[in-house]
Amino acid sequence: MNAVLLSGLLGVVMMFASFLFRTKAPVRILAILGMAVLLVANVLDTKGIHFFHVNTTGFLSFTGYALFFNTIVIACTLIFFLISSKDMQKVGNHYAEYFALIFFILTGIFLVTAFTNLLILFIGIEIISIPLYILTGSAKKDLKSNEAALKYFLMGAFSTGVMLMGIALIYGATGTFDITKMNIAGLLKSNLLTAGMLMLLFSMCFKVSIAPFHFWTPDVYDGAPNVFTSFMATIVKVGIFVGFLHLFYTAFDAIALQWKIWMAVLAALTLLVGNITAVFQQSVKRMLAYSSISQAGFMLFALVAMNETAHEGLLLYAIAYCLATIGVFGIISKMTDYSFDGFNGLAGHQPLVALCVAIFMLSLAGIPLSAGFLAKFYMLKAVIQAGGYMWLVIFGVLMAAVSAYYYFRVIQAMYFKEGPNHFSGISAFEKCVLVGICVLIVFTGLFPNIIFGWMYF
Amino acid sequence: MPINYYITLALCLFAIGVVGVLTRRNAIIVFMCIELMLNSVNLLLVAFSKMHHLAKGAAATAGTDGQLFVFFIMVVAAAEVSVGLAIIVMMYRNVHSININFLNRLKH
Repeated sequence: MNAVLLSGLLGVVMMFASFLFRTKAPVRILAILGMAVLLVANVLDTKGIHFFHVNTTGFLSFTGYALFFNTIVIACTLIFFLISSKDMQKVGNHYAEYFALIFFILTGIFLVTAFTNLLILFIGIEIISIPLYILTGSAKKDLKSNEAALKYFLMGAFSTGVMLMGIALIYGATGTFDITKMNIAGLLKSNLLTAGMLMLLFSMCFKVSIAPFHFWTPDVYDGAPNVFTSFMATIVKVGIFVGFLHLFYTAFDAIALQWKIWMAVLAALTLLVGNITAVFQQSVKRMLAYSSISQAGFMLFALVAMNETAHEGLLLYAIAYCLATIGVFGIISKMTDYSFDGFNGLAGHQPLVALCVAIFMLSLAGIPLSAGFLAKFYMLKAVIQAGGYMWLVIFGVLMAAVSAYYYFRVIQAMYFKEGPNHFSGISAFEKCVLVGICVLIVFTGLFPNIIFGWMYF
Repeated sequence: MPINYYITLALCLFAIGVVGVLTRRNAIIVFMCIELMLNSVNLLLVAFSKMHHLAKGAAATAGTDGQLFVFFIMVVAAAEVSVGLAIIVMMYRNVHSININFLNRLKH
């Protein structure tokens, strides 16, 4: 509960900061400190020290898994602030408000990871979505940003409508919004329940950009300002994914036979569409948008498997995917040209930055010794343990091989081609953060036990 | 009245909303269709709330959670409207149109 209330409060504090401070530097420092406080508060919550005593029976339950995931989300956002907060100044004048909105989004993510009531799921998803519409359109004079915001808004509101219809039908069938009390096993033949469950499934697929509901993703990720694309492609996406897994694991496990095959087909389709389209992109930013779709396909493996390994795998995937993508976007937002050609010869101009990009790309592609490899490994292992979906595992491995093509294209451009410098410079501190992210990625890849050790003790 | 009538009515309104979102090109009208979808859900929730209340009978509070949900939907929809209209106004200032066929500049 600490994190939910504190992040809401910190969002309000950031709103006041916009007229208390005339310059940008104190706002940034305040935001980073606030995020650090949030991290400490959440870790204390995990250790059993609660600042606030609120009775949330029947609405929220903060399990160890949810709290640990929240820690990962906060840590990733802190890293995101450290590396990208300076670039947010380029977007517009409302610097403090961007931070405020990000704090509010975190509140929504904490609700979505810990809900036990469909009402909280709905409110959490809306608290995530509405600030994101604003952040997407925050570059007010930029037409691409405007279009992305309008498209995201219309698609988001539409999928919210579908989700609400699903919730209403499930309420009609079960008589409760509490996902732990639904007693679904007794309602196997209920048409209302099946229709409602499918509508919830579709709308959640919309929110995490699973094919064939992914068509808004590349446009929105491409049009939004770089720094905010980084945030919504990583932290928000994995946050909603945990809610998705929680919903289907808790509420609909009894009727798993009805939807598991659909989940497997959706995962395969997402991998296919995401990877094949990413191969043909010319801009690295757009390539990353499609790569985020294909990574979502891998994360969907957790919902096919639905076991303990899948839960661990989703955590690892969140760490690996967030760190690498935040790192790459941190570099992209400092480049003037983010097509593949813009990366030509980067290794000659900025050897350290190029090395970091190479490590991020290797991790995204899932090369051994990186966190990305272990994450993919856990996902495949989870599906094999669950049994019955061997074709999906083989297909996933094939698609991971395809994905190596477009990730390696960036490395090839940096190391084996010559070109002018499109990199606008990076401070020593940001270089340290980049190296830190690389160390974290390799460390997670080598010693995942330490992370799980934290989770269980 | 049997609950089936309410379900049919709500689903019809919902379908009108969905078709409107998919076919209309004016951003405001698309937006109105989304509101129609949300309101059909409200209607359905109230109907189900009454149904569960009658079914459980004894407890006076049975089924009230459905009506509470409706209030939350109204509040969230209002918040969404304020942000959505702001986005549409921002779009109009830049391109002097709210036709969503303009939304194809990002394709390449």
